Amino acid sequence: MSTSLRNNTAVALAVAAFVLLLGGLALAFYWVPDAPIEGFRQRIFYIHVPVALTAYACFGWAAWKALRLLWLRDERYDLESYTAVHMGLIFGILTLVTGSIWARTSWGVWWSWGERQLVLFLVLFLFYSAYFMLRYSVDPGPRRARMSAVYALFGVVLIPVSFLAIRLAEGLIHPVVFDRNVNSNLAGSQLFTFLVCFAGTLALAASLYVNELTGKRVDERLRELREALT
Amino acid sequence: MSSAEKYVTAAYLVVLTVLLAYLVIYAFKLSRLEREVGELAELARRRRDAERTSEPERDSEEVAP
Amino acid sequence: MNYFSDVGALARKDLRLELRSRDTFLSMVLFVVATLVVFSFSLPAQTEAEASYGLLWVALLFTAILGLTRAFAAEREQRVLDGLVLAPCDRSAIWLGKALAVVAFLALAELVALPAFALFFEPVTWELVAAVVLADLGLAAVGTLLAAMAAASRARELLLPLLLLPLAIPIVVGGVGASISDDPGRFLGFLALYDVIFAILSWASFEYVVTE
Repeated sequence: MSTSLRNNTAVALAVAAFVLLLGGLALAFYWVPDAPIEGFRQRIFYIHVPVALTAYACFGWAAWKALRLLWLRDERYDLESYTAVHMGLIFGILTLVTGSIWARTSWGVWWSWGERQLVLFLVLFLFYSAYFMLRYSVDPGPRRARMSAVYALFGVVLIPVSFLAIRLAEGLIHPVVFDRNVNSNLAGSQLFTFLVCFAGTLALAASLYVNELTGKRVDERLRELREALT
Repeated sequence: MSSAEKYVTAAYLVVLTVLLAYLVIYAFKLSRLEREVGELAELARRRRDAERTSEPERDSEEVAP
Repeated sequence: MNYFSDVGALARKDLRLELRSRDTFLSMVLFVVATLVVFSFSLPAQTEAEASYGLLWVALLFTAILGLTRAFAAEREQRVLDGLVLAPCDRSAIWLGKALAVVAFLALAELVALPAFALFFEPVTWELVAAVVLADLGLAAVGTLLAAMAAASRARELLLPLLLLPLAIPIVVGGVGASISDDPGRFLGFLALYDVIFAILSWASFEYVVTE
């Protein structure tokens, strides 16, 4: 990708994130009416679920880049996959924190093993944290790139398998103490607000991703330059 | 501010905090990059000057009988 | 045909090595029995009987980690893995051979562990045995791949549990569910699904992990 095209993408993503996220938050706080049963605290939904879905998107993106690395044997994708996992982990932690706050305001507890999304993200948090441990304990090179790629692929497969496991565990292993009154039929205004916020968090993640990737690539270039000059 | 409002605000503030932390980290990174680029520019300049000073010596050697 | 004879040869190599020294197998047996005894002291008297099934699965999981950590230890010590990788066999055959050997070790350890469990805690049902078999396959499949990764790292024994535990969570759910649920078939089916998915994934990706 030529530098100017990349720069334009970076700017476009940043502007998109600015507009969409601010717009979405404004909608979430000023426009959308209170939810019928839950009331004001339902508004956490507009940040919690977009962040969660964005985390999934990051992990999926990382797995896609990992697949490209293994398929095309191009080490260039390693940095992209690694940065995507990093983004996914950040958004995953945000999901856990916002989800915990939502649980607290809904049920008075900071954690509930009956809350599927939270438990799933806990498992993923453990998994992708181990990704970093893997990278830190292997010397940089094509082998580390390949191992990270394989691991990232395992992660994306683990997401549905874990979800299935957590659903099976419900009731039998983890008690279902609380049940969220999730109105799956969102009202029009709620759906619109959600979509804008979701687009905003995706743009935010993409913007941060491009920024971090550029930073890492500049690091690489500087290292090359330093070697060439000394 | 009611209890529910406090929690909702807290959730959104957490996201903002992470973003701002990111900003701070990037400020540090950018200043480090600037310093490195400066060092490398200095290295390059020194190299260029060293090459320039070695050239006139070669010319004078050829002229001498 | 050639592929499977390679696999057989590799598996037999590991088993024969182990038969001669027996240290991995004995450690695993001793470890699982010792863990069960420790667990008998960790549960309060009023705990429901079913809790002990959970402890059995934890014990089995950690015993598997113990065995897997040793899986590539011998290779590393003698740099045999490099030689194996250069050998004219499909790299994935290395994975299959080693995974089969790991299953054998686990099965032998469980031949002791399950009767011990039945003696100390709760009766062992056919569903439990089926779940243990399926869990062994899954653990060996994923564990062998991850053990190869860990063997190439600096952290080695520390890294394998970190990598394996998140992936083992579905196995534990399946196993415990099959042990205590009224409808164990669902959980056994889930374990089988896990095995198929992750065995294929591990088989396909092993060569990427093991080549320089």
